[in-house]
Amino acid sequence: MDTITKMVVINSSKLLPSDVAIKMYETKADVMVKETCFGIIVSGERSVVEPLLSDIRKLDPYGIFIKERGFSPGEPYRCRATRRGGAKPGFHNLENDDKLLPLIAAALKSLDRGEIPVEKKQKKKLDIDKLKEIIKGSEELK
Amino acid sequence: MKVFIYPTNSLILSDLVERFGHEPLAIMQEVGKKVRRQGLDSPPMNMTPEDPKFGLKYAAVEVPSGVRGRMSLFDPLLSQAEAAIVVTEPVTSFGCMGCARTNELVNFLLRGKKIPMLRLDYPSTEEEAKVFVYKISEFLKSLKPKEEKK
Repeated sequence: MDTITKMVVINSSKLLPSDVAIKMYETKADVMVKETCFGIIVSGERSVVEPLLSDIRKLDPYGIFIKERGFSPGEPYRCRATRRGGAKPGFHNLENDDKLLPLIAAALKSLDRGEIPVEKKQKKKLDIDKLKEIIKGSEELK
Repeated sequence: MKVFIYPTNSLILSDLVERFGHEPLAIMQEVGKKVRRQGLDSPPMNMTPEDPKFGLKYAAVEVPSGVRGRMSLFDPLLSQAEAAIVVTEPVTSFGCMGCARTNELVNFLLRGKKIPMLRLDYPSTEEEAKVFVYKISEFLKSLKPKEEKK
């Protein structure tokens, strides 16, 4: 029995975590679903969860992001309800990734349109010898 | 193909690797194996005194047990890695990613493995994100597709 837990992070203007949770219930699949502020957490057999989530991703391919989670939904060592509030471990990383999701969604859209982005040339840092020359030059002017 | 991702708990990298038809090797799957094991020896992570011993494969006994314990989690991922996507200087390094020395050691071991590796920076603008996703998609397309799990 290979049980896995997956986090579905929703960053969409068309979907709410509750919509996705209802879709999951409609499938009547043998999984545990927990609705959260960032999306949903799904736990169940790998053979059930993976195909189910690949279908769910089709609801909004650019707004749904999925990753595996070690702890199961409502795990007392992770859940804020039993840890007297505060950020759950891993929240800061998720928060940081969540800020980038609109950019990644736009990039995925452009990739599907077949656009090839042009990489901007990075500015070179000022060479230390060049800086010394500039300082010397300014001192001579005085 | 099994692709190691760094930061190993990254949502974006894990999602993109799976989206482009490969298997991400993320720390969450190793944590999951530990916490789902029958019986809780040492909650919450279920790391037992045996685990730092596995870390001896990578670090000497004088090295802090935190590094060796983390390396015991990374060991199955590193040994299975067939390719790697590394984001240099990630903004956050919290939780399982918290130990700077472990992170340096993981990067050092990855470089030594001589596997296909893509090094990137996290994007901060839409243009950078387009380049970020394009590079990842091209890199993953150049690898063999993952084998179906039976």
